[in-house]
Amino acid sequence: MATNIDSSPPLTPKTSVSGVMLQVIYALVPGVLAYIWFFGWGVVFNILFAVITALVTEIIMLRLRHRAIMPFITDGSAIVTAILLALALPPVTPWWVIFIGIGFAMVFGKHLFGGLGYNPFNPAMLGYAVLLISFPIEMTVWPLPDMLNETPLGFLDSLIFMFSGNLPQGLSLDGITSATVLDTVKTELGRNLMLSEIYTKPIFGTLGGKGWEWINIGFLAGGAWLIYRRIISWHIPLAVLGGLFIIALLFYIFGAGGLPSPIFHVFSGAAILGAFFIATDPVTASTTLRGQLYFGAGIGILTYIIRTWGGYPDGIAFAVLLMNMAAPTIDYYTKPRVFGHSPDNSDRDDADE
Amino acid sequence: MSDTETAAQQQWAFHGGLALPGHKQISTTAGVQNLPLPEQLIIPRQQHIGKPAEPCVSAGEHVLKGQVIAHANDYVCTPIHASSSGNIVSIGKQHVAHPSGLKGTCIVIDTDGKDEWIKLEPTGYEDMNPSHLRNLIREAGIVGMGGAGFPTFIKLNPGIKENIDTLILNGAECEPYISCDDMLMRDRPDEIIAGMRIMRHALQAKHCIIGIEDNKPEACKSLYDALGDATDITITRIRSHYPSGSEKQTIKILTGKEIPTQGLPLDIGVVCHNVATAMAVYRAIELGEPLISRVVTVTGSAVARPGNVNALIGTPISNLLDFTGVDYGNLSRVIIGGPMMGFLLQNRRSPVTRVVNCLLTYSHDEIKPSQPPVLPCIRCGECARVCPVSLLPQQMYWYARARDFDKVQEYNLFDCIECGCCDHVCPSNIPLVQYYRFAKTSISEQEQDRRKADVARDRHDFRLQRLERDKRDRENKRKKKLDALKKSKGDGMDAKQKAIQDALARISKKKAAQNTQPGNISNLTTQQHQLIQEVEKRRARLDPFDPNKKSDHQNENNQ
Repeated sequence: MATNIDSSPPLTPKTSVSGVMLQVIYALVPGVLAYIWFFGWGVVFNILFAVITALVTEIIMLRLRHRAIMPFITDGSAIVTAILLALALPPVTPWWVIFIGIGFAMVFGKHLFGGLGYNPFNPAMLGYAVLLISFPIEMTVWPLPDMLNETPLGFLDSLIFMFSGNLPQGLSLDGITSATVLDTVKTELGRNLMLSEIYTKPIFGTLGGKGWEWINIGFLAGGAWLIYRRIISWHIPLAVLGGLFIIALLFYIFGAGGLPSPIFHVFSGAAILGAFFIATDPVTASTTLRGQLYFGAGIGILTYIIRTWGGYPDGIAFAVLLMNMAAPTIDYYTKPRVFGHSPDNSDRDDADE
Repeated sequence: MSDTETAAQQQWAFHGGLALPGHKQISTTAGVQNLPLPEQLIIPRQQHIGKPAEPCVSAGEHVLKGQVIAHANDYVCTPIHASSSGNIVSIGKQHVAHPSGLKGTCIVIDTDGKDEWIKLEPTGYEDMNPSHLRNLIREAGIVGMGGAGFPTFIKLNPGIKENIDTLILNGAECEPYISCDDMLMRDRPDEIIAGMRIMRHALQAKHCIIGIEDNKPEACKSLYDALGDATDITITRIRSHYPSGSEKQTIKILTGKEIPTQGLPLDIGVVCHNVATAMAVYRAIELGEPLISRVVTVTGSAVARPGNVNALIGTPISNLLDFTGVDYGNLSRVIIGGPMMGFLLQNRRSPVTRVVNCLLTYSHDEIKPSQPPVLPCIRCGECARVCPVSLLPQQMYWYARARDFDKVQEYNLFDCIECGCCDHVCPSNIPLVQYYRFAKTSISEQEQDRRKADVARDRHDFRLQRLERDKRDRENKRKKKLDALKKSKGDGMDAKQKAIQDALARISKKKAAQNTQPGNISNLTTQQHQLIQEVEKRRARLDPFDPNKKSDHQNENNQ
């Protein structure tokens, strides 16, 4: 507006980039607390180490790119990326895995494309995908939730394991970890076991994995709060979960009980975290409201396909990355009808040229 | 309640928009005050959209209040009148209130304090032909007073349409802080309604609706009271939601119809005028007064007595600021218009014009010393959510920044009404509207350049064609000659020789023609005959083509 002629909006904006990022971090709190409750100190160290690595990388990259450091370091986007990637890692992850993942996310996922606002891919998911492909073993050993774990790692033990890889005397990694529920379902179904047999394993709870139900309810609550605060719109989360639910429901019905229920799919793995916090990353998502529905539904459906027939137990990361690629095209074809135009925008200014 | 009233009460929502804090009560505590007569009036000749009016007075001349001082010499133009009696001091460039900060031609009048009117000629309108009525409105210099300044008489012309379905008076006044229309509706409801009836007569409109935002209950009530039992006009309260007062949005809210892109309200049988314009029309027709004053809101935190003042057109803005007790020590800036669409006042000597509706002041405490930095767009889409015309501002920003003007037009840049909603919500503090204005200007420039280039190319093409044609003609001629020569060769005679002989024959023929005797030498005196003979001799000596004299001549030379 012209009042900005010496650039000062007379009515101050209600939100800022850092404000948005801060609220996203607040919204993660309930889910993260539940995560810590069930999986111990490893979660805390993952997050802290990831955040520190991300901030240091951000500073180095900004300096290399000759950009102002303060406005970008305080915008909070690096912190959000770090937390989201940390939450996707097993709570017993060696430090170098986190270091590589965050480094890749920040350097290749964000700054090489031009930094904040210019990255086509969700940096956290890019980092995660690189780790999953490069270090499949480290990335798929999840500790048992503390209630199933007779010898959960304490504060110091977690720290020592993270940086040295050594476990306390008498403990083996196999003893305290197991596959995730999604992983288990996938392998056991592959071995022609019935779902009812698989569900008798102790790691399964009522809705999904034991403990995971609560973590996901925490993320769900945080996500709902974000929608209430109008930080995100409901379109993408609803479409992700709706897409996943509906395709799971179809195969559940026609699969005659041979495949897991839609509820199980929604409450297992990273579906809820992905729907509310990862797919909604504005930079990499579709921006038109109608486009967001397609974008979200695409993620939900791709997630199911990868989980059921793909090579990985969970598919959120790959689904998000694939749909990131499609976002510009989706945006192009879902432009809203502009005021005074016919429904198909055929009377655009350029239509007669 | 009549049928029309209940029918028109139905309202339609538009996409996006913002619920903004009104800040109107700051300037509505006191009634409209008359500003004391200024010593000097600076009257710009451009106070409307279109061609500037042509000054028709000269320095030193004495003018009366209401006298025409600049003529309209184009269709989209209105005359300008002296706002008070006095002497013309100068006609020249002065600071004017314009976003560009450029100076404009103004007629400067030193007022004589008598405020003496010209003879006013009230006409009434009932029996008047609409075309005549429009002409009177034009002569009174009336333009849209909501801010755009489009000549009103043009908007009162139904054109080829037989009649207009709905005439809307816009009393929404949706921008924060501004309250001049509000105060007019409170103080002069009769004049507004009378003005609307005149407009209806000019347009032969079927329905009349006055739309008022529901944060102005007093204005609404006052209009209701003034309307009394009359049912020819409907008063509709609309939701206070910026930018409901933008013409496109007002019409959508009240009729459900959308002005087609690049079109006019007339295309959908609707005409929309501002309430202050209606009042000006009333005064022009019923009282004979041209438009020489307007109500201006002076508000914001730097004025001691915020309120609305009735100021003569041409009054320096500093007079208004003095009158309302501006604390100059604490005055950071003055905005012309509202906080959303207004622009910065560059010089306080700039005059009030027909379209200056508000002076919004900011004190130093309000303006933060450090501006929040402009960050990259994070594509949050908040701008698209609030855009009242459903554009995708972040895409337009992206392409405007990249100067991809084709693409930015593909995203319907020219449907942008520059309301500033997207700016207001942008978490990255990007001055989006500035980018759109930049793109719009650049595209218009490109368009002009293209037109010029087209003309140049046409001319160039024509020149090439002409050269080609000339060449062809020459070629044909040559060919013909060649053919002729070939033919003559066939006769067995030397072509060159023949050409020379032909030429000689032509010359002698010419000569023979020249040798015809002049007709006026019959009755000459001997003296004259002698003179002629001498002349003939001289001529013969000089004439190289005379075969008799040639040898003589050569001999002379040889000797």
